[in-house]
Amino acid sequence: MIGGLFIYNHKGEVLISRVYRDDIGRNAVDAFRVNVIHARQQVRSPVTNIARTSFFHVKRSNIWLAAVTKQNVNAAMVFEFLYKMCDVMAAYFGKISEENIKNNFVLIYELLDEILDFGYPQNSETGALKTFITQQGIKSQHQTKEEQSQITSQVTGQIGWRREGIKYRRNELFLDVLESVNLLMSPQGEGPLVMKRDGGQGRILVLTQLLLFICPSPGQVLSAHVSGRVVMKSYLSGMPECKFGMNDKIVIEKQGKGTADETSKSGKQSIAIDDCTFHQCVRLSKFDSERSISFIPPDGEFELMRYRTTKDIILPFRVIPLVREVGRTKLEVKVVIKSNFKPSLLAQKIEVRIPTPLNTSGVQVICMKGKAKYKASENAIVWKIKRMAGMKESQISAEIELLPTNDKKKWARPPISMNFEVPFAPSGLKVRYLKVFEPKLNYSDHDVIKWVRYIGRSGIYETRC
Amino acid sequence: MTDSKYFTTTKKGEIFELKAELNSDKKEKKKEAVKKVIASMTVGKDVSALFPDVVNCMQTDNLELKKLVYLYLMNYAKSQPDMAIMAVNTFVKDCEDPNPLIRALAVRTMGCIRVDKITEYLCEPLRKCLKDEDPYVRKTAAVCVAKLHDINAQLVEDQGFLDTLKDLISDSNPMVVANAVAALSEIAESHPSSNLLDLNPQSINKLLTALNECTEWGQIFILDCLANYTPKDDREAQSICERVTPRLSHANSAVVLSAVKVLMKFMEMLSKDLDYYGTLLKKLAPPLVTLLSAEPELQYVALRNINLIVQKRPEILKHEMKVFFVKYNDPIYVKLEKLDIMIRLASQANIAQVLAELKEYATEVDVDFVRKAVRAIGRCAIKVEQSAERCVSTLLDLIQTKVNYVVQEAIVVIKDIFRKYPNKYESVIATLCENLDSLDEPEARAAMIWIVGEYAERIDNADELLESFLEGFHDESTQVQLQLLTAIVKLFLKKPTETQELVQQVLSLATQDSDNPDLRDRGYIYWRLLSTDPVAAKEVVLAEKPLISEETDLIEPTLLDELICYIGTLASVYHKPPSAFVEGGRGVVHKSLPPRTASSESTESPETAPAGAPPGEQLDVIPTQGDLLGDLLNLDLGPPVSGPPLATSSVQMGAVDLLGSGLDSLMGDEPEGIGASNFVSPPAAAVPANLGAPMGSGLSDLFDLTSGVGTLSGSYVAPKAVWLPAMKAKGLEISGTFTRQVGSISMDLQLTNKALQVMTDFAIQFNRNSFGLAPAAPLQVHAPLSPNQTVEISLPLNTVGSVMKMEPLNNLQVAVKNNIDVFYFSTLYPLHILFVEDGKMDRQMFLATWKDIPNENEAQFQIRDCPLNAEAVSSRLQSSNIFTIAKRNVEGQDMLYQSLKLTNGIWVLAELRIQPGNPSFMDLELSLKCRAPEVSQHVYQAYETILKN
Repeated sequence: MIGGLFIYNHKGEVLISRVYRDDIGRNAVDAFRVNVIHARQQVRSPVTNIARTSFFHVKRSNIWLAAVTKQNVNAAMVFEFLYKMCDVMAAYFGKISEENIKNNFVLIYELLDEILDFGYPQNSETGALKTFITQQGIKSQHQTKEEQSQITSQVTGQIGWRREGIKYRRNELFLDVLESVNLLMSPQGEGPLVMKRDGGQGRILVLTQLLLFICPSPGQVLSAHVSGRVVMKSYLSGMPECKFGMNDKIVIEKQGKGTADETSKSGKQSIAIDDCTFHQCVRLSKFDSERSISFIPPDGEFELMRYRTTKDIILPFRVIPLVREVGRTKLEVKVVIKSNFKPSLLAQKIEVRIPTPLNTSGVQVICMKGKAKYKASENAIVWKIKRMAGMKESQISAEIELLPTNDKKKWARPPISMNFEVPFAPSGLKVRYLKVFEPKLNYSDHDVIKWVRYIGRSGIYETRC
Repeated sequence: MTDSKYFTTTKKGEIFELKAELNSDKKEKKKEAVKKVIASMTVGKDVSALFPDVVNCMQTDNLELKKLVYLYLMNYAKSQPDMAIMAVNTFVKDCEDPNPLIRALAVRTMGCIRVDKITEYLCEPLRKCLKDEDPYVRKTAAVCVAKLHDINAQLVEDQGFLDTLKDLISDSNPMVVANAVAALSEIAESHPSSNLLDLNPQSINKLLTALNECTEWGQIFILDCLANYTPKDDREAQSICERVTPRLSHANSAVVLSAVKVLMKFMEMLSKDLDYYGTLLKKLAPPLVTLLSAEPELQYVALRNINLIVQKRPEILKHEMKVFFVKYNDPIYVKLEKLDIMIRLASQANIAQVLAELKEYATEVDVDFVRKAVRAIGRCAIKVEQSAERCVSTLLDLIQTKVNYVVQEAIVVIKDIFRKYPNKYESVIATLCENLDSLDEPEARAAMIWIVGEYAERIDNADELLESFLEGFHDESTQVQLQLLTAIVKLFLKKPTETQELVQQVLSLATQDSDNPDLRDRGYIYWRLLSTDPVAAKEVVLAEKPLISEETDLIEPTLLDELICYIGTLASVYHKPPSAFVEGGRGVVHKSLPPRTASSESTESPETAPAGAPPGEQLDVIPTQGDLLGDLLNLDLGPPVSGPPLATSSVQMGAVDLLGSGLDSLMGDEPEGIGASNFVSPPAAAVPANLGAPMGSGLSDLFDLTSGVGTLSGSYVAPKAVWLPAMKAKGLEISGTFTRQVGSISMDLQLTNKALQVMTDFAIQFNRNSFGLAPAAPLQVHAPLSPNQTVEISLPLNTVGSVMKMEPLNNLQVAVKNNIDVFYFSTLYPLHILFVEDGKMDRQMFLATWKDIPNENEAQFQIRDCPLNAEAVSSRLQSSNIFTIAKRNVEGQDMLYQSLKLTNGIWVLAELRIQPGNPSFMDLELSLKCRAPEVSQHVYQAYETILKN
């Protein structure tokens, strides 16, 4: 199990050091500093073995967290624990920074004592922790016996994530379907060659569209997937039993078995979910047998589920790049973006990042919409558009001047990446219902005010050029 | 709220000030002071001096202060065991507190105070806490048993805590169950034989019930424990699998991986015809893919595990190639692992996509990644025959880029492609030859030389090309030297007329001027082969090569099975069994997959392979990369074992001996210790000059040189002994011996890295010793020593260091430093390395000195059962610089009078009486006279070692 846990600042100074096992000594602290933090090269593995001691490390801004062990521990668990620990710290004091850690070191030691016992992770749900790790040590005297046993039963109990006796005047819940759509497109096939022959600069747009038809291999989707999350904010009284439903293909088909009509009707709207994972409040065995999602939610905000889809994804934007090398000292780049969703919807925060070679000396940009700038420090042209409606297109053209170099190695041509936000779920996921039952208190499903919102964001959305 | 100020106090007299503050009456001030103490402790300052003052603060009702004091106690109790006793009372009292949180805190902290005296007081409170009414206290007490067991295992057994812990597995609270399971699993690891966990269908059922209800961490403990269970038949296995599969949808990746481990293990027991088997396979893929959307560190752990799973059951992920495509922003460790898996999944169906991707990667920035991508293209060619042509042309494109490391990597893989598809792509050789000059890495050079040698008949200027390499023969690495030797011999056999000179040159370079025994031995073998029977030589050297297998870098099947049992753990990340990186006996129980047991109804066909590999998938792995040397040995020396050359009647004893020992060493048991100096060189007259008809004269001419090689070598060299075992030096193993050759002493070292990290920055130093031995040059280890690598170094010594008499006289204390630490060891050196070449005394001088040295300085020794006669004794000793000055025969006994001189000028005179003992052995009587009689004992030992080996 975990033998010790250290937190360092970027200089390698120890901010927190907690040793759980005898086999970890103080020299381990220094070994990690010397071999990992002060190492000149980038991190080559998140698990480093130094003199038969294994260090698991993650970095948050410029803070290093390292878990140390000499045994054959469950590696996945150690990393999950480190992430969890970051979450817990963030929930207590906000951003993980050197300042915050130093200011809260007593609290961190107290937390570490609680959530890691002899190297075994214990209950680390912030909801439960906050009931008894409060940084107001005196509180314990004022607690009644009932309060105390309530705390302990919550920390150890079956429903560790929710305490009893929560009351709200207004029962309300918010559901956010947050998706990030990822794309990797192959380059434009023979495009640039055709360009060269025609040479026309004013008619590029027409040409590109033509190319999509003519070219033997136009830009192809190499891989695309949506990773989504359903985040729920619940302000519900008592111990409510919830049931969540969405347009999952398997469920819909199961239901539709009786009436063939319904299957054909709803068939188009349902989506195939490749895989999903749930918050620990969801009864997994029930999902496995009936594919129904039922749970007693924690109070406040939590992530109900994560899912992944790969089929029938709506790609909100298509990026069509054309790069032409004019001699050894000049590049011409044109990028067309096309929005591909209902015209009534608006995409926001659009940003296209066009990488430029390291030896760029100057860039001239012309764009029809938005603002574009060459950022020398980032080696890229950044083109920003505030809003764009569906079924529109826009283009940017740039001339890049290059310094002559004798570097033999060709420029690696990093892909063009894109950021955006759209008000729909690119996977096509729809929330069908969220039912709330609280048999002990007298409010019914109808009394609960429910809000649903869909946001699709770009994940890694890249087009090679 | 600015606690950060506690980190900044660094002034002098701080401890004193803190002491005053700790004893202050004001509560607030006390608390401040304790915080300061903890902050100092964190940054590594020693604040143990404040122990009594801090412990005094323990009696408080302020929970926060109490916790801080406990934290201090845990850190320093061990250094102040007597003072720690002071704290016991408070703990015992706290264990009775009405507040369960305080009871738990006390029992948790007590377990962490690892002082023997305290453990006695711990037992009673712990017993109570294990039966506490509050689950929070029980779950804490369960872990405490494991802590106590770590300190005093016997105590835990005597007090019956293990039974109580077992009872907790049936506890009503899932978290108590989980912690009890964790504690028991840990204790069981240190008692591999005991059936502590006692898993049976009933207890498994309890665990599976608790699994649904406990925290994510508890689920991991339980799943890891379940994985150790072996179901009695396939039905039980299936029912457990059914109850474990829902865990695959858990948000915690560790829960998912542990569930995968249980399923992968129990699947072994299921029959493949079962519907359920197919369903299970299908269910495994999506969660594995989902792991790849986790944070990069977890992705890395997942990918390392997927790498194992893909090798064990390729069918699970065969359709999921795309998810392993590398993203531009992936950290490098994720990129490299993804690439590895892509190659494993490459098949005819997806090869076009894979190739396009690989080509893309070959233009990236990171050198390691690009190299691996180029290698991957080669591996695709070998794996998917249909794609070979496209792969080769892609590689040629890459060679055209002229990027140095890309070219080199490409050449290395093209060599393998030639091996796999002989006589198909030789047209590209011309392109390869163009890049000859740019190759600076040994592996690429060796590959290129192999290609030239293999296709010598088609390359017009093969001899010129190889000759150009020969110029810097001694600067090349061993790999290249061996390859060059073989390539030139191949060339000679193919074009004997033009290349006679070249082959002579390389053979003499390899045998005469090289210090590397492998090279010398291989040189001799070729030499003998060519001289005895060129036809046989041709059969041997140009033998048909076995085809290389499609899959490369596969993990050896038994290791793979073991690693499957460790899915999710560090072992699966390192791809090494725990015994390779865990110290001591802990957690190194060898695990293996359960055998497939069919229940009576299931009809399993007998042909089904027992575990793993589907039929037709061959697993003989010939490494195609890295181990070029091993590869060559297989190629070139496979046949001669049964081949004719040894049986040729006219081959003399000496030759057989030479070949025999050469073969032994090449066959690879113990390469060290069989240097040329060790075997008897054949007398020149015995060389069969009439053999080797077509090129006879030239070769026998060469052959004469061999006899020279024997005498050229210096004094007797003891085989290498381990001086510094890896256990004592954090993975560095040093073995070595001393040699003296032509007047120079050297220490031949063999450094082996048995740790898991690269070692660099080697240096060596000697303590002062009796003869002033000191390194004449710094320890030169050119490249960093990577894990499992061995390097041979000869360290020249001189005798001008400072002198200090040691006990025993020939004791040498050595310090070796590397980037990890400094290690010390001592060794005894044989005295004969100090015998100088001009130790031959004039006869008159000898007589005078002998008389001059007083008789009490004379020492007598017996050497029994020496296998040599007077002649041989004399010549053997002479090669170690013990010179025979006169010889007499008195009454059938040979008397030798000898002299030797040590590096510090001390003369030793000897009279050696040789009496025939039993028929073939002699008994020797040695009388030594010396002005410094303490050396006599060691000189005698030197005699004995020289004569008996």
